[in-house]
Amino acid sequence: MRLIRLIEGRPVTETDMWTRVADDAPLPDGAPVIVSLPRWQAERETLARRNAAVGIWLASDEKLHALINDLDRLDLVALDFPLLTDGRHFTTARLLRERYGFDGEIRATGQVLRDQLFAMARCGFDSFELAAHQDADGAHRAFREISVVFQPAADARVPAAALRVQRHAALAAAE
Amino acid sequence: MYAYDSLDQTFVDERSAQFRDQVRRRLANELSEDEFKPLRLRNGLYLQLHAYMLRVAIPYGVLAADQLRALARVARHFDRGYGHFTTRQNVQFNWIRLADAPDIIDELAAVEMHAVQTSGNCIRNITTDQFAGVAADEIEDPRPWAEIIRQWSTNHPEFSFLPRKFKVAVTGSASDRSAMRVHDIGVRLVRGLDDEVGFEIWVGGGLGRTPMIAQLLRGFLPKEHLLSYLEAILRVYNVEGRRDNLFKARIKILVSTLGIERFRELVEAEWSHIKDSGLQLAAATIARMQAHFRAPAYADLPGRSQEFEARRFEDSAFARWAKANLFPHKRPGYAAVTISLKPIGGIPGDLTAAQMDAVADLADAYSFGEIRVTHRQNLVLAHVPQTRLFDLWRALDGLDLATPNLSRVTDIIACPGLDYCGLATARSIPIAQRLSERLAALDEQYDLDQLSINISGCINSCSHHHVGHIGILGLEKSGAESYQVTLGGSSAEDAAVGRIVGPGFGADDVIDAIETIILTYVNQRGDGERFLDTVRRVGQEPFRAALYNPS
Repeated sequence: MRLIRLIEGRPVTETDMWTRVADDAPLPDGAPVIVSLPRWQAERETLARRNAAVGIWLASDEKLHALINDLDRLDLVALDFPLLTDGRHFTTARLLRERYGFDGEIRATGQVLRDQLFAMARCGFDSFELAAHQDADGAHRAFREISVVFQPAADARVPAAALRVQRHAALAAAE
Repeated sequence: MYAYDSLDQTFVDERSAQFRDQVRRRLANELSEDEFKPLRLRNGLYLQLHAYMLRVAIPYGVLAADQLRALARVARHFDRGYGHFTTRQNVQFNWIRLADAPDIIDELAAVEMHAVQTSGNCIRNITTDQFAGVAADEIEDPRPWAEIIRQWSTNHPEFSFLPRKFKVAVTGSASDRSAMRVHDIGVRLVRGLDDEVGFEIWVGGGLGRTPMIAQLLRGFLPKEHLLSYLEAILRVYNVEGRRDNLFKARIKILVSTLGIERFRELVEAEWSHIKDSGLQLAAATIARMQAHFRAPAYADLPGRSQEFEARRFEDSAFARWAKANLFPHKRPGYAAVTISLKPIGGIPGDLTAAQMDAVADLADAYSFGEIRVTHRQNLVLAHVPQTRLFDLWRALDGLDLATPNLSRVTDIIACPGLDYCGLATARSIPIAQRLSERLAALDEQYDLDQLSINISGCINSCSHHHVGHIGILGLEKSGAESYQVTLGGSSAEDAAVGRIVGPGFGADDVIDAIETIILTYVNQRGDGERFLDTVRRVGQEPFRAALYNPS
């Protein structure tokens, strides 16, 4: 699996350190694991006591409120896109970052295509399991294609309206 | 009108380059059609029956003369010499080659235009009243608000893959010319307590398979909170809207399933978290946006032009046009002129490249270089001095653009239908053309004003047939076209969904059926009574009797 991570806003292709563990599979010793929401709910205490990082994978119809009380015990939340067109987790990611202050990794899985990466990054995703046939160089470029944004989101980009306020303030100060 | 700054221009240039690369990847087979489809749709490119169709955004229907000239160039070089204006105040080109699309987008970007979000499951072009800034009954000009919403919705990262398309209309008047209540969100400027101007927010309107009229979500929203409130609505919809069934995915279904009270609770709860966020509009931002839409440099003119009155007296054809196609302007001595794109027997909403160039020149000469597109598929020159109306009319007449039929029975709205559209189940353009020819004579005889006919070639109702006073829906029944007729719809402030009058008609019979309906109205109407009011007063029965049990 090729993984793209944003490190200080710059894309890097990495080998994945995490292991997705099926619900009926044993937990590997000492390795960071990603488990499903039902498994987390069933084995929360065991998982939290392990001496390794834990992440949860949410299907596109699983909602954030099921895990907001557990966020400080999690290092990663993986959000799935079963179809290119299912945009629910764009909202989930923004809420994780902006409302609940989650500072762990937010990972996109499933139909993760180059042309969604920019929107995902703006919503707070910082790692991307790129679908098999996607070209990694192109994926890196996708984060730089658009430099102007028109609304605040979970990223540090300054929206056009705020830039205009700054420009006008600077002009007024100069006069 | 709004002028791009370097940020807006950088965005459309970058977006244009991005789209060019996407098309290149598609043509090189690096992108499958399934992967490419949502990308081309959000750049306005549909695959139709015979070719690609490109839908170009005309934000809230306002065009500069040079932009219309650019559309003429596109029509001439990349299409078959014409364009088609739509009920979303946009323009469509129906004969586009995929490989040409990036060049067209570049041509548009050079004149501050684009095709962004004219399709796809995202927030679409924002529409408004074609007489914005002109109408005397306006509380405030809706265009700055439409532009503020347009910018916020542009490339919105969270709302780029909604359950379904999402349409927003803004109106500043009590008389609703924007069809606000058949939109996913309708925004209406209102005066609240202490005379403060703010918004009413309506939600859950829409046509298509399940027509619904929007419900009032919030009676008063202070101006600075417009974007945070819209974001709260969209967020609730993005998370809660149905994704398992395309036909139940619009927000109207969510609102009607939850009930407006429960939906309101969800929105208000979400809004409480974000109302004081970075979405709050600074007073300076609002003021600067309003400055973009300042009135043009009007001359001081007397309220009534003697020359205009004299011409009207002398020339009955001019008088007839002036009666039908002028709208009163709030500035003394001016009028707003509607250019009918409904010549008798013509294709509703079509304009040739030569006509586009000529209208652009007329806009420069008579109306401060500005043209507007109406959701009824006509054009408007919004600021014409009354003293110059006669000259303008003669020029329009020479272009076959002076049909005096605004809001009359031949001012028919029609979608492209089976002649172009891959979704259509029946033809609509030929029906509109034949009806127009038949009804022109009836109009002469019976003065058929304030009577709208809307024809859709499938259930998706691009021509808004449910809210036509007479609606015609073309379906396919056992291999033949069948046209279902509804009566009593309205998209104005008295918005209503029309009711089906009875069994459908074949393509030949529907022309006679509409004539029968109109003659029945003529027999039933009171003095000066509109068709809609007659239908509301007498009900469907007299029409049914005339159509299905003639004596």
